[in-house]
Amino acid sequence: MNKSELIEAIAQQENLPHREASSITNTILETMIDTLATGESIEIRGFGSFVIKEYEAYQGRNPKTGDKIEVPPKRLPFFKVGKELKERVNKGS
Amino acid sequence: MTLTKADLVQKIYQTHNLTKAQATSIVETFLKISKDCLANGEDLLISGFGKFNIKDKNARRGRNPQTGKELILTARKVVTFKPSGILRDRVNGMQQ
Repeated sequence: MNKSELIEAIAQQENLPHREASSITNTILETMIDTLATGESIEIRGFGSFVIKEYEAYQGRNPKTGDKIEVPPKRLPFFKVGKELKERVNKGS
Repeated sequence: MTLTKADLVQKIYQTHNLTKAQATSIVETFLKISKDCLANGEDLLISGFGKFNIKDKNARRGRNPQTGKELILTARKVVTFKPSGILRDRVNGMQQ
């Protein structure tokens, strides 16, 4: 399922005009992105949680050429699946 | 501060012409559809945010880290998340 299919499904179930469902979905996603951008985490019971992991700079190598390169420090979002979703996915229902 | 479902409800209630009950219902529906999709074994691709994939894991030998006893971990399905380039950039302080 992609984002437009998700929006369409929300519009149908909630009896909303497509444009409204789209705008609300974007607000939800932007709120989540803004939260992660400030380094804060997200916790949604039954679905899962997102945390930001910080990585130090390290010396890596270009796997193609073998050249040494300096990898700068970075932050990455991590998702941990919630208990309910984990069990449902595994059962396939 | 951790963002929760209540914060999402509050945010869309503030930014859209909805009652609190409607806002709550929409957030629940958003989550329910997402979970149903993944529970059916289907990937969920949200452009600008990231993708949730369902991966099949084979059965393997494992160990209980507490007791050291060997055990068989059965084949299972897991959810993985890959953040989109936009989300990665925003998390690293780059504005869109």
